[in-house]
Amino acid sequence: MSNPVTSAALFALPLVVAGLFWLLTLRERCRAGVGASQGFVHRNGPVIATYLVVAVGFWALFMIVWPLLYMVDYSFHRKLPPSRRGGPADVYTLENYWYFVYGSTRVFTSFNWIHINAFWQTILVSVVITIANFAICYPLAYYMAQVAQPAKLRALLLLLIVPYWVNEILRAFAFLILFGTGGTLNAIMIGLGLIDAPIDFIGANVALYAGLTYAYLLLMIFPLYNAIESLDRNQIEAARDLGAPWWHIHLNVVMPFAKPGIASGCTLVFMLVAGSLAAPLVLGGPKTLWFTPIVYDRFYQAFNWQQGSAYAIILLLTCIAFVMMVMRIFKVSLSEITR
Amino acid sequence: MSARGVYRAMIGFYILLFFAFLFGPLIVMGITAFNTPTYPQVYPFERFTLEWFALLIGDQNLMTGMRNSLIIGLMVVSLSVPLGLAGAIVMTQIHARARSLYYLVVVSPVLTPGVILGISTVIFWSDVVDWTGTREQLFQGFFLATLGQSTFISAYCMLIFMSRLQRFDPAQEEAALDLGATRTQVFFHVLLPFLKPAILSAAVLAFLSSFENYNTTTFAILADKTLTTVLAGRVRQGTTPAISALAVLIIAVTLAGAVVYEVLRRREQARDDQRARAAAQAERADIAPLAGISHA
Repeated sequence: MSNPVTSAALFALPLVVAGLFWLLTLRERCRAGVGASQGFVHRNGPVIATYLVVAVGFWALFMIVWPLLYMVDYSFHRKLPPSRRGGPADVYTLENYWYFVYGSTRVFTSFNWIHINAFWQTILVSVVITIANFAICYPLAYYMAQVAQPAKLRALLLLLIVPYWVNEILRAFAFLILFGTGGTLNAIMIGLGLIDAPIDFIGANVALYAGLTYAYLLLMIFPLYNAIESLDRNQIEAARDLGAPWWHIHLNVVMPFAKPGIASGCTLVFMLVAGSLAAPLVLGGPKTLWFTPIVYDRFYQAFNWQQGSAYAIILLLTCIAFVMMVMRIFKVSLSEITR
Repeated sequence: MSARGVYRAMIGFYILLFFAFLFGPLIVMGITAFNTPTYPQVYPFERFTLEWFALLIGDQNLMTGMRNSLIIGLMVVSLSVPLGLAGAIVMTQIHARARSLYYLVVVSPVLTPGVILGISTVIFWSDVVDWTGTREQLFQGFFLATLGQSTFISAYCMLIFMSRLQRFDPAQEEAALDLGATRTQVFFHVLLPFLKPAILSAAVLAFLSSFENYNTTTFAILADKTLTTVLAGRVRQGTTPAISALAVLIIAVTLAGAVVYEVLRRREQARDDQRARAAAQAERADIAPLAGISHA
């Protein structure tokens, strides 16, 4: 931390917000009327009230808000040897962000295409994979929610969950076995005489994209299923009786109703794909561009935590922008997304 | 064939494809664990072997990682279940705008990429330990990984508790208070027993999420190692069927765990249903005499 003033401000800010928050709860409790006007401590008893305040305070401040503010602060600093940290050279600077754009902190003549391309490719591919995930999962979610018999439904749910108990690295490894140059797919195709020489699926990113599509299917299925499940079957019947073709029913009846589920599934899958580290590390070829491994390298190859923080914030801001965009497009609230 | 028949056949085919995609890679990986070639392969299947499993047990690094993952998993459970519970209870007691702000803060970790949670945890604590002079004690992979993972796992737990709390009947609480219980007693003897199934689910979910987490852990673990970080290193070095063997073991263990959990849950559910039936019966018995009076 560069100087006592900013670090004090950094520490005080969340406390001030927490104080304001407390006033807000007080005011809103007063507004809610007599029935709810019991004090927090009175309502929970001193022991439990202490537990609640300490636990939520620790979680919100020490685990969520301060670390995040710290990372933001860090990203505006230079990498300096420990002895010079906090000294006169430790000033606020945009250098780390310039580095992302130009590949240098001094010369602004050429762009840092490797990082910029990796960034855009990550975002673009994540969007495409999210859409693909939706397309793959929607029919099954609909089938489970509206068509399947209870016994069959239970079996399907169980089958869906099983692969997700295998951890991410091992799932990626499975795709490595499948798609490697000496892998199963190549072996089978050569065995059948379809190709003469193995195809480099890893280098062509086929393995990576397939692995990423695979990795988060469950997080798309469940929100979709939950949303479609609460749709009254009669609405579909009515639409069918009125002569709507099947795609009309889905587009105009089921999907509008399942909007919160669609938004929820899409944001979750996008965030997880864009922020995934295991699959790109395992399945990425030598020329694969993915953003999170670059962030990782800033930290543990270049040992430049400040720059790594700046990169992490670029990723975070993009994700926030995406969530807000989805919320706007689907007109849903945050609590509907995380339900 | 009728239109309906065609439709059903198409659905059946689609579901088949979907599950082939879901299980194909895992089955392929599973088979390679029992085949002799050093490069994991299914075809040709040369000879059945268990040597890869034996190799696994002798692997010191992997075993240390496994042990660390178990310890961290237990620490995460014991931290994030109470945090999530407190978070959910506070959520039921605040309203309107305060509630939305609070919700935004505590749910944000679910929507934040795991790498960012790991990074921010390490950065924040590396400065905190410098100020407090506790670098030796606190700046440890175990401590940071537990904190980093619990940031979002607590939110998962909170969501589980919230959905259970929605079905909580405050009348139970009031009854206990009227009978002279203190608030603390109500918490331990009324609320916690009601939340027991949710606590079990939250603990299982927390442990599994921690055990398989890589993104947050790889930043927060510093010089230590967990199962996932060791695995990631191995997989990047080269592929060996020993890793497939490990996957087979993990699948087997988690499946067994899932079956046990499902059985426990069913039993709990059955007991709940029975209680609900008994309560309904009792209620009917209460009302019956009244109905009799009105008829008379």
